[in-house]
Amino acid sequence: MTAPPETPETPPAAANGAPVLLTVDGLTKTYPGVLANDHVSFSIAEGEIHALLGENGAGKSTLVKMIYGLVRPDSGAMTLRGHPFAPSEPRAARAAGVAMVFQHFSLFDALNVAENVALGMENPPGRGALAGRIREMSENYGLPLDPHALVGNLSAGERQRVEIIRCLLQEPKLLIMDEPTSVLTPQETAILFATLRTLSAEGVAILYISHKLEEIRTLCDGATILRQGKVAATCDPRGKSARELAEMMVGQALHVPARTGREAGPVALALRDLNLSPATPFGTALKALCLEVRAGEVLGIGGVAGNGQDELLSALSGESTTAPDAVVVNGAPVGHLGPNARRRLAVLATPEERLGHAAAPDMSLTENALMTAAIRCNLTDRGFLNRPAAEEFARRIIAAFDVRTPGAGNPARSLSGGNLQKFVVGREILQAPDVLVVNQPTWGVDAAAAAAIRQALLDLAANGAAVVVISQDLDELMTISDRFAALNEGRLSAPRPTRELSIDEIGLMLGGAHDMEVAHAEA
Amino acid sequence: MPRLEKRPRPSLAWAMAAPVLAVVATMIAGGLLFAALGKPPIGAIRTIFWEPLFSEFAWYYRPQLLIKAAPLVLIAIGLSLGFRAGVWNIGAEGQYIIGAIFGAGVALAFYPADFWFIFPLMILAAVAGGILWAMIPALLRVRFGTNEILVSLMLVYVAEHILSSVSFGLLRNPEGHGFPGSRNLQHYPPASNPELWAGTGIHWGVIAAVIAVIAAYILLNRHILGYQIRLIGQAPRAARFAGVRPNLLIIACMGISGGLAGVAGLFEVSGPMGQISVDFNQGLGFTAIIVAFLGRLHPGGILLAGFLLALTSVGGEIAQSSLGLPAASIKAFQGMLLFFILATDMLSNYRIRTGGRGAA
Repeated sequence: MTAPPETPETPPAAANGAPVLLTVDGLTKTYPGVLANDHVSFSIAEGEIHALLGENGAGKSTLVKMIYGLVRPDSGAMTLRGHPFAPSEPRAARAAGVAMVFQHFSLFDALNVAENVALGMENPPGRGALAGRIREMSENYGLPLDPHALVGNLSAGERQRVEIIRCLLQEPKLLIMDEPTSVLTPQETAILFATLRTLSAEGVAILYISHKLEEIRTLCDGATILRQGKVAATCDPRGKSARELAEMMVGQALHVPARTGREAGPVALALRDLNLSPATPFGTALKALCLEVRAGEVLGIGGVAGNGQDELLSALSGESTTAPDAVVVNGAPVGHLGPNARRRLAVLATPEERLGHAAAPDMSLTENALMTAAIRCNLTDRGFLNRPAAEEFARRIIAAFDVRTPGAGNPARSLSGGNLQKFVVGREILQAPDVLVVNQPTWGVDAAAAAAIRQALLDLAANGAAVVVISQDLDELMTISDRFAALNEGRLSAPRPTRELSIDEIGLMLGGAHDMEVAHAEA
Repeated sequence: MPRLEKRPRPSLAWAMAAPVLAVVATMIAGGLLFAALGKPPIGAIRTIFWEPLFSEFAWYYRPQLLIKAAPLVLIAIGLSLGFRAGVWNIGAEGQYIIGAIFGAGVALAFYPADFWFIFPLMILAAVAGGILWAMIPALLRVRFGTNEILVSLMLVYVAEHILSSVSFGLLRNPEGHGFPGSRNLQHYPPASNPELWAGTGIHWGVIAAVIAVIAAYILLNRHILGYQIRLIGQAPRAARFAGVRPNLLIIACMGISGGLAGVAGLFEVSGPMGQISVDFNQGLGFTAIIVAFLGRLHPGGILLAGFLLALTSVGGEIAQSSLGLPAASIKAFQGMLLFFILATDMLSNYRIRTGGRGAA
């Protein structure tokens, strides 16, 4: 903080004429080898809902961490209500009126709502008083929440409300929200937006980080778009199309996945009454899943993570085995077979977690190519590795899927999320699967890479493979899937053609299993 | 406050420099230890590292280095495979004892017959004995989820009791005037493991150690089993996804390390030690753990580390006799080496930053 602020530009005047709350002026932050933020400047007016947009690695997290006092800038300055603002730690930021709701919650399952809220406060009031205030807040802002409910029993949306109420009790002037809707159903999102608008009307400014462009267009008054650590543009998102926003983010014209008309072939993958108990105590049991996927079809499975997605993937990849005829591929029972036996039958999968599950972080791309392709690409000879062939295959993936890396000898962990994801998805696609199952194929992936991956999945289906896409991203599933099913608490709804579905109906499908669960308990 | 910062990728330069730095740090700390014991620090360090190689009696000590290093390398190679896979066989000492008993048992069963196949049969028996002893912790872990560190370690003490039992009973030399201990296999040519070329110190164990180093290198870099071993150690979930069956790998790693420890025991009992006796084992199975880590679990590194540890043992013995250093101080010296190698190891994955940036 010794460097003087460099050529401070006048912060842009607030659009709605309200007094400026926060100005950020020339913030710069360098990490070893990376310029995370390069002279970033913007301002937020009181009551403004301001979007912070950018691809992964564009510098959004670094910027908000500096505002919230978690990271100190190398140079640059901030003002809050006209006073210099340089929080040395989150506590100082909170005292100045800045609150933040993180993407990952920090709540204790075994405590109730009021106890969790009290843990996050500097001077919690007494139990009774606190419960009263929580109830009051939740009524004022339309966030239904019972102060005495056990957090372990709450849905993701309700847990987020606990975090929000914890922040609101500090009476913040600026509320930072990091990807708040990534875990919400459309209905829960609507409730959240109503709350944010109420807050905004009361003069609370909201800094809203998201990559969901449609949301930003409906919710936000202003947007700052970051690209490679710099402010790429400042705009009013209501006046832009989602595509224009995406292109500002990426800095280039964006490819929209194109679907070619095709006819579905015979049933390639069938699940018949698939039951699976979870591998860990925190897993979700799969309950009587039934499903048919035809060759040439993309089936989307939606739902919030933690509702059995990982278990479903492992039941399909062969990491978890089941009764033989619970999983049927091209008419043959395979439920009892392990991953390699299924690979021989052209059933391939890509798990959600890139580092540590789909790929080994410290191994080279060549060795990571070997990981799943050894059998189908004949990369071993009587147990001995054929390294030249493995390297050749890795290079083919890198070339075909535009993986940005200096070479196949680089470790997987040196790749960005999007590039590694292209690599692990490409690794399976190039093995010409009959059935491909992908879990969260574009999670945390930049827009350009996401578009490339989606197109590759569509092309694969067009060539006659059955593709199952498990995703939390409803927009993604609406774009690429022919049919849609919802996975909720380990139960799968009956698939329906995507074209006939509205986003509201999908929301109901996602919430549907809740009601079923109650009915089961009473039966 | 200096802080540690993870490097974007491991530094090859530091990975190579770390063992050298560890040896230097050990010399400094060891020198302080010897000074505190009232011995000349530089003289003691010089005795340990210089005398075995370049003194006027080096012709005697150099073969000793090979003899000491061979079992260490042989055992450490086996352990390193398991350590890479996250299978912690701490009980190589026990497998070494059981291997020696099995091998010597075969020899003594044939005594005094003279067949060409006795020695090969002893090797097979020793391998089987080592594997058998290693299978106890392996199967208990696979079947019941027990901790192989504890089970394999406790089985060392069981093996030591079996050793003293057979020294006094089953394998006792009937012509030994009641003294505990077996016949001396050096005096029974079909079962002995002599120096192959006079004055070199090279016996079958040295050759086996070299073969093990080469085989382990090929296994780890060129074979699917070695690949799976590395994969499960680095990313267990990815290994399962790749179709690795963890239980089979645990059994394979324990089996290989047990077998190599067993055969190391055989080459010792039929060669340098000569007989089964109450004090047959000298902690080589534990020293081999240091060797495995000092060699960074890499076959070539283990070869070098085996020589370094042999050097400190041979040099340590010289220092004990010429300078009167206590034997325990040599053990402490070797322990420091492991301590420093583990500490410097971090530098390949982290860098040290100083400065007050981001102090919280």
